[in-house]
Amino acid sequence: MEPKKDNQQKSRRTFVEQGLKYGLLTAASGALLAKVFGKSESLDSEETIEVMSTDGTLMQVPASAVEHAHEKKSDYNPREGFPNRKFVMVVDLAKCRNAKKCQSSCNKNHYITGENAWIKIYKMQDSEKSAPYWQPTLCQHCDEPACVKVCPVDATFKRRDGIVLIDNNRCIGCRFCMAACPYSVRVFNWSDPWQGDTVEQAEYTPDYAGIPSQKGTVDKCDFCPHMIDKGELPHCVSACPNDVFSFGDLYEDTVTNGSGQSFKLSKLLKDRAGYRLMESLGTEPSVYYLPPSDRIVDFEEGLENYTEFQSVDKPQVP
Amino acid sequence: MNTAYEKVINDLAPRKFSWRGNVWVALLVLVILIGIYSYVQQLKHGLVITGMRDYALWGIYISNFVFFVAVSLVGSLITAILRLSDAHWSTPLTRIAEIIAVAAIIMAGIAIIIDMGRPDRVLNLFIHGRLQSPIIWDVIVISTYLVLSILFLYFPLLPDFTILSKYSDTNSKLTKWYRALSLNWSGSEKQTKIYSRSIKVISVLIIPVAFAIHTVTAWLFETTYRPGWDSTNFGPYFVAGAFVAGSGAVVMVMYVLRKAYRLEDYITDSHFDKMGKILVMLCMVYLYFNINEYLMPIYKSTEEEEVHLRSLFTGEYAWLFWTAILGGLVAPVGVLLFPKGRKPLPLFLVSLAVVMGAWWKRYLIVIPTLSHPFLPIEGVPEAWRHYSPTWMEWAITAATLATALLIITLLVRFLPIVPIYETAEERGLLENHSVNESL
Repeated sequence: MEPKKDNQQKSRRTFVEQGLKYGLLTAASGALLAKVFGKSESLDSEETIEVMSTDGTLMQVPASAVEHAHEKKSDYNPREGFPNRKFVMVVDLAKCRNAKKCQSSCNKNHYITGENAWIKIYKMQDSEKSAPYWQPTLCQHCDEPACVKVCPVDATFKRRDGIVLIDNNRCIGCRFCMAACPYSVRVFNWSDPWQGDTVEQAEYTPDYAGIPSQKGTVDKCDFCPHMIDKGELPHCVSACPNDVFSFGDLYEDTVTNGSGQSFKLSKLLKDRAGYRLMESLGTEPSVYYLPPSDRIVDFEEGLENYTEFQSVDKPQVP
Repeated sequence: MNTAYEKVINDLAPRKFSWRGNVWVALLVLVILIGIYSYVQQLKHGLVITGMRDYALWGIYISNFVFFVAVSLVGSLITAILRLSDAHWSTPLTRIAEIIAVAAIIMAGIAIIIDMGRPDRVLNLFIHGRLQSPIIWDVIVISTYLVLSILFLYFPLLPDFTILSKYSDTNSKLTKWYRALSLNWSGSEKQTKIYSRSIKVISVLIIPVAFAIHTVTAWLFETTYRPGWDSTNFGPYFVAGAFVAGSGAVVMVMYVLRKAYRLEDYITDSHFDKMGKILVMLCMVYLYFNINEYLMPIYKSTEEEEVHLRSLFTGEYAWLFWTAILGGLVAPVGVLLFPKGRKPLPLFLVSLAVVMGAWWKRYLIVIPTLSHPFLPIEGVPEAWRHYSPTWMEWAITAATLATALLIITLLVRFLPIVPIYETAEERGLLENHSVNESL
């Protein structure tokens, strides 16, 4: 498996370098660029920086005019999200072999104690004669979220950066969002979650789901804003041994996988014919899938890990 | 003194329960107490005490809620629609229908709170309510309907309260209540004018609100993508079904009360015959909507719809489905088409089947859909694939039904079941005998 991966790495090198170099900075909005062009006469006197415009061309702009989105902590509000960001994920089905490291990492880091994990790897087969494949499925962070639409109390909400979260201090437990979600990603705390004292006494914030979970309210994948805040990737992305997941920013047009390789999102989706789940429903998910063609692993390999009736490992009671 | 008039009052004034009535109340209270015990357990341990889980995320609490909303619609049918169409024969049934409507809509509100994971946060619906959510629409229309139903029960009672306060001198405390509740009704021309006008206005107002409560309840399901709920037929289908359930409930209550209070002079065989005709028509309308609801999707048989409908027609729910459709809808039509079938006892039995069928029909609308999501059910305990309510869940549900019956029973105990004033008026007993004159 490893040599194969190296080859891929080489073939993508140029592109990866570009992504890393420019991807971290955002040229922000067109308005900002206009502002920059407006005072172009002062360019030579100031320190300049190279940025990529929305159409992919490189240009020099004064360093002072570039906003560093990651650093604008003061603007951050858990209901509004990170300014000028739009998070996306790409799931490469060709690489998934049901290792389930994403799931165990997510379960561990969100202190999931229920029976139903927030990320599940479904055994899929679209039609009888087509090949089966593994499909990691988490909250799709839809741009037209059916769950948010139906929530009676604004407990589940959509942020400007694309993330859909739940305010567990407000949720009334009607479960309408669960009925509305076509992706079955929402889980309910049917009983007390019993997460242990440290978690249960932690200060609650909607952008770190599960810390702590609350009886009678809904939980789900939060796209890990607490990791993004630290400049790190969501737990599932970094835990995956096969680089199935890439996470990034739609505005930067860049996604990065667990090994730190970055890709130009638009090119990746074009080259690999990316798609979204149940596109016809109009939910506009933020998670893209790359079809399971030219697979680097056999589907059967994943079967040994397949547990039809379990997604959360429970400590064995002696 | 007009003796015929006095006889009407004597016949219709509320009476103390016989031992049978007391046993009935005790039985209801017992069921309610078991339900309260179970609900306390639910508050303590969470909804884990129910059979619901992440896939079967709604269960009998919700189907029972839909049933209550459905039954409550009958208030608008019998009272408002028949009133507005000048169908005077229905006068003796109006109070029964309104009492059922009030009891059912109160319990609908309670049933939905029972289903909530965080009932302690129910006020969030008002503090943070979002008008975009169908649940908020439901909160608005159900509370509106509750107020209108109470008014609709109360207004026609005003003259009756005055009459009772004069006649039931045996129980002074009760008499005081009747006098206070009569709001000094004297039957003067001015009062009568306002009274008739108000009843007419509410009759008109309550019809769209009644349609709205059940249409919005249908929309709770219809606004999702799920096969089995994703149907444009749902609004009228629910409303049609609601009239069936409510009419069945009215027939059952009128049969029991006629027996218990010997009201044969007021609730006659002809009333049963007419209610039977209404019921058969409503059943056929509902059957028509059922055909639309099931036949067209199975004709097309898209993958998702087919999985769902197969479970109803030949699979897991087939037994229940066909019993509810054939026993609760088709067979009643067959019986009620014949005049003999519309005699009191057969009609009562048919109504029992219709009401039970209606309850299970709501179960079949809510539950099977949830076991057929778009993505496979994997990674959860096998038991989560099927829903079976726990005994505590049944106990709580039974307690809501018992509470509705208790509300009906208590209202029957203290209110004239058949409107006295209106009956006397229609029988021409008030001509030289205005209410205040006799007092």
